Amino acid sequence: MSDVMYAGESALEAYGLGMRYRRGWALRDCSFRLPAGRICGLVGPNGAGKTTLLSIAAHVLEPTHGSLSLFGEAPGSVESGRRTAFLAQEKPLFRRFTVAETLRLGRELNPGWDQRAAEDIVRAGNVPFDAKISTLSGGQRTRVAVALAFGKRPDLLLLDEPMSDLDPVVRHEMMGTLLAEASERGTTVLMSTHVLAELENVCDYLVVVSGGGVRLAGDVDDLMSVHTLVTGAREGEGLPAALGHHTLVESRTSGRQFTALIRPEGPVTGPWETDTPNMEELLLAYLRSPDAPPLITPTAQVQGQAFGTGTVAA
Amino acid sequence: MVTVEYRIDRRSGVPAFQQIVQQTKQALRLGVLVPGDRLPTAKEVAEVSTVNPNTTLKAYRELEREGLVEPRPGQGTFVRRTLGRPETGTDSPLYGELVAWMAKAAGAGLEQDDVTALVASAMDKQYAAGTTAATGSTGATTTRSSTGE
Repeated sequence: MSDVMYAGESALEAYGLGMRYRRGWALRDCSFRLPAGRICGLVGPNGAGKTTLLSIAAHVLEPTHGSLSLFGEAPGSVESGRRTAFLAQEKPLFRRFTVAETLRLGRELNPGWDQRAAEDIVRAGNVPFDAKISTLSGGQRTRVAVALAFGKRPDLLLLDEPMSDLDPVVRHEMMGTLLAEASERGTTVLMSTHVLAELENVCDYLVVVSGGGVRLAGDVDDLMSVHTLVTGAREGEGLPAALGHHTLVESRTSGRQFTALIRPEGPVTGPWETDTPNMEELLLAYLRSPDAPPLITPTAQVQGQAFGTGTVAA
Repeated sequence: MVTVEYRIDRRSGVPAFQQIVQQTKQALRLGVLVPGDRLPTAKEVAEVSTVNPNTTLKAYRELEREGLVEPRPGQGTFVRRTLGRPETGTDSPLYGELVAWMAKAAGAGLEQDDVTALVASAMDKQYAAGTTAATGSTGATTTRSSTGE
């Protein structure tokens, strides 16, 4: 990358990305940067545009607003097509092909094809190579689709709810395979999911999208370290005034107790207990509070984007 | 040969990299790991425990800083020295005294949680001054070195 301001190469950059249909916005004002080599969780409520974002990156959809680049290239280019693999939610495969024929198709279509990696993934699940896709279970089909995506040896892997139809054992095993492959090859992974607990320890990068654009983006360590979970006794209605000079993400009260997730703007002093939130607590707080001020850490900002806002200035 | 398998508790609130550090030290203390052993690679940990490889590498860097392990390029991360001492083995007199004390506590009707609280409290009192915190490193973000692109 020519810009010295950025640490490392960008796998994906979105600039004011939007998708508008007649019925309304499917994705709106989405700007963020995903550095190469990260494993990124894409989180948001239903209808926030996660699938739309992944489909634009995979060049299945053209955005109506803004733009997106993959390793500095447009999604439709030969170069980014070669370096990117997309695993769509419905796992489209030719139903009348056998597993072996499906992998053969992958080999024919992709110059950098890795037959062994693909076969290993299929074999690990004991999926017979001569079985027709139409006869496979949902989990087996997912496995073949994952094998097809990995066989391509992509630099960027786009996964839309990859584990949704898998049982817990297979889910754990596929996640292990995914992380092992990614660790060996330095693959960047962008993965949407609803299962927040699944992201903990798996992702080192997070992007949260909802109605108004990107709400939270950055390295997990950075995001965690700037948030504090405060628990204490209520003073009258609502929060203690002394917490007022911190940035409030979410607060809840139950009985005499309050719990607040804040971004401290200085030392947090008071008769309260403070704790680091876990990833699920952090994500839930942002998902529950659409009005909380967004946070895009410097690594996750694209050029011209101001700290802590979701808008593109230029 | 994989010598240890990390058990990552996702609900404990302890960051995964610290759990790896702690479990490695525990293995060193108990003699499960001895000098010359190779720690599992980030890929192996990822596969078995579904932990982000950067997390494992961060833990190994921490262990390296403490002089317990050393990376050998192209081969992996190896144990340099052990934490085991005669006093920490289960055949040491200190352990015997502790077992006797536990029996006394149980005899006095204490529950497991009461004992844990007492031990933690006494430990805090004794060791509070010299704690070496290995907590939340901020700033430096971890990245895998992506292999030849």
